[in-house]
Amino acid sequence: MSIESDKPAGHDEARRTFLKQSSLLTAFTMVPGPVLQAATYELDEKVAAAFEKVPLRLEVNGVKHKLSVEPRTTLLDLLRENLNLTGTKKGCDYGQCGACTVHVDGQRVNSCLSFAVMHEGKKITTIEGLTNGDKLHPMQEAFVKHDGFQCGYCTPGQIMSAVACVREGHAGSEGEIREYMSGNICRCGAYSNIVAAIQEVKNGGQKV
Amino acid sequence: MKEQAQNKQIGAPMDRVDGRLKVTGGAKYSAEYELPNMAYAVLVGSTITKGRLTGIDTKAAEKAPGVLAVITHFNSPKVPGFDTAGKDPSQPATVGGPLKIFKDDKIRYNDQPIAVVVADSWERARFAARLVKGQYAPEKHKTNLEANASEAFLPTAAKKNPKHPMNDYQRGQVDAYKTGAIKLESEYVIPTEVHHPMELQAITAHWEAPDRLTLYDKTQGTLATRRDFAKEWNLPEENVKVIATFVGGAFGNALHSWPHESAAIIAAKVVNRPVKLMLTREQMFTNVGYRPYTWQKLGMSATADGKITAITHESVGQTSTYEEFTESTLAQTRMMYQSPNVTTRYRLASLDVCSPIWMRGPGEATGAFALESAMDEMAHLLNLDPLEFRLRNYTEQDPEKNKPWSTKFLKECYQLGAERVGWNKRQLKPGSLRDGEWLIGYGMGVGTFGAHRGAATVGAQLRPDGTVLLQCATTDIGPGTGTVMTQIAAETLGLDPKKIRFELGNSSFPKAGTQGGSSTVNSVGPATQEACLALKEKLRTLAGAAFASAKKEDVTLTDGYLALSGSPTTRVAYADLIKQGGDKAVTVEAKPGPEGQKYSMYSFSVHFAEVRVHELTGEVRVSKLVSCADAGTIINEKTAGNQMKGGAVGGIGMALMEAAHIDDRFGRYVTKDFADYHVPVHADSPDVQVAFVNQPDPHVNALGTKGIGEIAIIGVAPAIANAIFNATGKRIRELPITPDKLI
Ligand code: FES
Ligand code: FES
Repeated sequence: MSIESDKPAGHDEARRTFLKQSSLLTAFTMVPGPVLQAATYELDEKVAAAFEKVPLRLEVNGVKHKLSVEPRTTLLDLLRENLNLTGTKKGCDYGQCGACTVHVDGQRVNSCLSFAVMHEGKKITTIEGLTNGDKLHPMQEAFVKHDGFQCGYCTPGQIMSAVACVREGHAGSEGEIREYMSGNICRCGAYSNIVAAIQEVKNGGQKV
Repeated sequence: MKEQAQNKQIGAPMDRVDGRLKVTGGAKYSAEYELPNMAYAVLVGSTITKGRLTGIDTKAAEKAPGVLAVITHFNSPKVPGFDTAGKDPSQPATVGGPLKIFKDDKIRYNDQPIAVVVADSWERARFAARLVKGQYAPEKHKTNLEANASEAFLPTAAKKNPKHPMNDYQRGQVDAYKTGAIKLESEYVIPTEVHHPMELQAITAHWEAPDRLTLYDKTQGTLATRRDFAKEWNLPEENVKVIATFVGGAFGNALHSWPHESAAIIAAKVVNRPVKLMLTREQMFTNVGYRPYTWQKLGMSATADGKITAITHESVGQTSTYEEFTESTLAQTRMMYQSPNVTTRYRLASLDVCSPIWMRGPGEATGAFALESAMDEMAHLLNLDPLEFRLRNYTEQDPEKNKPWSTKFLKECYQLGAERVGWNKRQLKPGSLRDGEWLIGYGMGVGTFGAHRGAATVGAQLRPDGTVLLQCATTDIGPGTGTVMTQIAAETLGLDPKKIRFELGNSSFPKAGTQGGSSTVNSVGPATQEACLALKEKLRTLAGAAFASAKKEDVTLTDGYLALSGSPTTRVAYADLIKQGGDKAVTVEAKPGPEGQKYSMYSFSVHFAEVRVHELTGEVRVSKLVSCADAGTIINEKTAGNQMKGGAVGGIGMALMEAAHIDDRFGRYVTKDFADYHVPVHADSPDVQVAFVNQPDPHVNALGTKGIGEIAIIGVAPAIANAIFNATGKRIRELPITPDKLI
């Protein structure tokens, strides 16, 4: 990190060297000569940049995607910017607020804190995938009924976390819910209502 | 019977009309609009706090892949309004003006934007932004309020206008507490607190034509934002459109136009593409305002039988060097208690920081920490129950303005709250109650905020499908504005709320003020009501003979027909009315009347806290929090209760954890994210109990509302601080009350 901010020129060079090397590795099989040359002679960074992308297969809300992404793209930015699934929210981008919570193979994950390429072949569920056609998931219904939100920005993350919390068996008591939901900040302070919604779903015994 | 039940919409705990969109991810916030050819912008901030920018190295950034532009003071296009704009009328409480980004080489605060990098993806813009290097000629900076308190000054607005509320206030004798028999004098500090709504500040700027600008923006006032940016670009206001259909919280920080918004607009102009800009959490500390660090001193004297004889309350709040930000820190002290002698003095200290901006329960929450702590201290000195002490100094009319209250049911709030928290368990002597290693204490704090009302306009239209569409430029940052307006309309029209659609958050809709100062329902509520009445009246006149002599209140809208209540056969189909122009919108403006001259109008609240403090570790748990409010008519108990609970949670943050710290050597915040700026999480919050007196105030408006948002937090922090004193005997006068202060 310090290299990037303190010595931008140096970093730039390092990056270019890396590009050249990685380009060379693949050059024999697939890179057309002029392109490689462009990168080598620093003529066209933009062409060279194409080599920074890697292929990725993902299943999101039941839809299979074949993508080409930069390794530094987070799962959150991929969802919001490339797949236009903006239900998953960015509240900090540092793994500290839970607004970006999605399920990866059924586990709750802060999508801002994991690179998209780490999820090759995995199944992602976002808030948009929780609804069954027109029918709300019981947790979504309970959030509406108990008014488990105000501005609504933390809500998709809260709901994804809440579903996981019940599935994990961590919704046994009010105290346990509060503990296991503490990774999801609600600055509007709708906590009491969120807990009530989770308790209702837990006690209602519906399949979540 | 059914119709009767249907008519009773006001007060019903209706689910939010936008609930479904919010729980499905369908609600779109300002960075979530998909526009063709979108570009992404990232700000680069100054690494010094004060001085001049002598140059910027942007070469590496410009060469980075995907970069479309790097804009700085040295190459920014001229923003025409920066030269002509003087004092900004949308910022009535400030003197000076918002920062004009890239206009000059002056650095006024640390992390002030010095460049905006635009690229074709976030990743590329972020990477390139790190390659930009500023060169500076630094000057000595000031960021510490206490070190500079000696230079504090009376706000310029007050100097110019002797009637300005920021002037020194006096009733009775000056500083009379000093000669009182029983007296105290205490100093209080609240640190800088940051709004930190969960949605990062974001804007999507799109020049649809060289002179037509559309902004999808996080703002509490679509019209204020429109006015600001129309002025910046010398455009007629109607050429600028501001969309804020959903706002992911704001708590005040979207009451002002900020540099990042200007940057996105400039960037969109330069690259000739729509530009999206979202601040980082770190930039939320530095570029979009905060509750200012404030020092206060409060002196109070009382008689042995518990009558306050004098209060002096002074404060020094921080502001920036380019804008004078003021807030009503001392307002509650002037009107809450029956004291014959009251002195208040409000001062500002200009520091090399970004301008502050009102944060929920703005100055009042700061002032109430001092006043309500001092009330507790005095009660303790007098060996009196703090509730009893407040009752002995209760005001039946406003002692500041010498006017009757429009309504005041604070005593009722006291009673409701005391019962619910179990106040009778409280012991006069601190440290008397314990549960093993946990010390238990009870405390209370009172809050008040003006029941403000402004002009607002709502449009109402009957649609061919028998639904009614209402529109207003107001916003909804979370309280549920669309929901309560739907209820008001449903009750006024006699129509099923499902057949009503209230659209907001668009500057093209009929005018309304900014969502702030707990004024939305007070202002937009009556406009909605009157627009619906006007719509009914219009339809009645179109309905012909059978309705000619009907009274307005007997006309109702039903499924497909305009009908007369009590006479089910008298009805006219909407289709017939629409043929005669019944589908043209009626637009009605509702304004406050002269009642404000006659009455003092305030909302009131009281908060009761039960805390448990661990004897050895100093850990504080708020085990009970009860908030009771006299907020006039409650339109929707569910959303109103939620808002109260949210304010209480904010108060827990204020009391126990929130503080943004600057390292004064560098003038830079050391708190940069939620790891070091703590806000309450689920585990910090008890199950907050809320009770409303729910008595209409007939003077604020016909609905009887007074406002909730601010009183929900004002008084919470001192309630908790007072409970901690009752538990431990330790009086903490500097927030937040972290464990180190208790061990
Ligand atoms: S955005 Fe991922 S945890 Fe905050
Ligand atoms: S609903 Fe606004 S942050 Fe949770």
